[in-house]
Amino acid sequence: MSRSTLFFILLSLLTLLLFLLDLSVGSVKIPFGEVCSALLSGDDASTSRDIILNIRLLKSVMALLAGAALSASGLQMQTLFRNPLAGPYILGVSSGASLGVALFLLGAPLLGVQAHSFVQSLGITGAAWTGAALVLALVMIVSRHIKDIMVILILGMMLGSGISAVVEILQYLSSEASLKSFVVWTMGSLGDVTSSQLWIVLPVILSGLVLSVVLIKPLNLLLLGENYARTSGLDIRRTRMWLFLSTVLLAGTITAFCGPVGFIGIAVPHLTRLLFRSADHRILVPGAMLTGASLLLICDLISKLLVLPVNTITALLGIPVVILVVIRNHKFFS
Amino acid sequence: MSIQLKNITISYGTRTLLDRVSTSLPESSLTALIGRNGTGKSTLLRAIAGLGRYHDGEILLCGRPLTQIPADERAKIIAFVTTEKVRIPNLTCEDVVALGRAPYTNWIGRLQDIDREIVHHALNVVGMSSFAHKTMDAMSDGECQRVMIARALAQDTPIILLDEPTAFLDLPNRYSLALLLSRLAHEEHKCVLFSTHDMDIALTLCDSVMLIDTPRLHNDTASQLISRGLIDRLFTEAGIRFDPETKGVRLEKKSDI
Repeated sequence: MSRSTLFFILLSLLTLLLFLLDLSVGSVKIPFGEVCSALLSGDDASTSRDIILNIRLLKSVMALLAGAALSASGLQMQTLFRNPLAGPYILGVSSGASLGVALFLLGAPLLGVQAHSFVQSLGITGAAWTGAALVLALVMIVSRHIKDIMVILILGMMLGSGISAVVEILQYLSSEASLKSFVVWTMGSLGDVTSSQLWIVLPVILSGLVLSVVLIKPLNLLLLGENYARTSGLDIRRTRMWLFLSTVLLAGTITAFCGPVGFIGIAVPHLTRLLFRSADHRILVPGAMLTGASLLLICDLISKLLVLPVNTITALLGIPVVILVVIRNHKFFS
Repeated sequence: MSIQLKNITISYGTRTLLDRVSTSLPESSLTALIGRNGTGKSTLLRAIAGLGRYHDGEILLCGRPLTQIPADERAKIIAFVTTEKVRIPNLTCEDVVALGRAPYTNWIGRLQDIDREIVHHALNVVGMSSFAHKTMDAMSDGECQRVMIARALAQDTPIILLDEPTAFLDLPNRYSLALLLSRLAHEEHKCVLFSTHDMDIALTLCDSVMLIDTPRLHNDTASQLISRGLIDRLFTEAGIRFDPETKGVRLEKKSDI
């Protein structure tokens, strides 16, 4: 059996195990056996079954989706920008989504608009997509003209900081109620998604993930750079557009519903490369999805045990990986 | 004819680099593109490779106008080796060469037996078979250049363009790479066009030499270019002299002048 097949099997098992563990851990501990019977059997109407199906399942599914989505979008960006430090958070895509959400959550009440809750969640999604798309478009346009990795990263960070400032102004002007809903959103949570919202998130994320699988061959061609990709017959403009769409759908949607979850998108592709020792996207794309899903499940478990927001855990686990990458790549920068 | 240029004009800002030049290159031929820095060698190569429209006039590849060939079909006619260094961790030489098969593989890039055979053949031709499973980040410039040439070979195109393939290489590597290009042209029957600053390689090894003499383009055998005095004219400074006997450049010490 090849190394990658072995790792795919192990990772799948790990993801499943973590998923069940995530269902069992919480304010009430539910034994593994009960978790399985609640998921598999039909009509047993116990409290634990209720907790699992109505509360925890939603959150664990979100952790799975968010982990896979953020990792896949991070991998795409690292290959597209040929930059080991690219990711939805670092390049300001998540900040862009935040600005969209802030404008929607804080701005709409300022204008006196009141929306129905389902419309509200559609609005949050749309606002996050728009914000993410705008920032990504800006970064892409600049990176067409400036090839320097550092310039792009600094630009992404500056955009992020600028956006935070605008968001703070909005917060300052807002009423207490809308401010609270926004602040809660920024803390990042996998558990705020309602089952009706899942019907927005699930199809969108799945189509984003399918897109990233369809883009495996173009991503492989982009490894050698644009000139090689184009002379190998790749339609670079169309590829960039599809990658753009996939990234906005994946990173934008997750940011809309879970808040800004940092460092998964940048760290997981590197962990996947280390694990599989490959640069082939036929391995990296599914590999990053599985690794990302498991890692976010682990973060969720830790956040439940310590009762902390999940994005603080992803930062604490992700930052060492980023530092490692910077040190390993320091010759690129010096 | 593999490559035909018809009335090509290339300008850079207000400067005209090439003014209505026409020439053609046949199959199984090795051609060096020479000229001073900034005369538009790379621009001309990029234009022929279809990487951008920098020119007026018409380029034909194997008899078809370049503008009418869709990108996926063009990839089966022309392969390009750029000056970019490709050093990707975890990417083996075999993987890189296999990427050359992209125009022929399915949506996910799955290699068939025939593709694997072609990849091995390509690595064999450039003498890198033993490096198949080594990764690119642990290799020398000369080895990387050979792998990139194998990638172009695996693309199985009648035309191969190379932008300064001998730059960054030490002298022994330069000459052995030049011999490799000659083998590609005459044994693998490719139309090979490469830009270079290595005058001796261009003048001794190639079937023809394309010389950019702004705004004209001369395409002729080396001996014709030399006897017409076109090579001499490149060296205008005192103390630098082209020697037609050895087809090399002579530097004269101050005391000799």
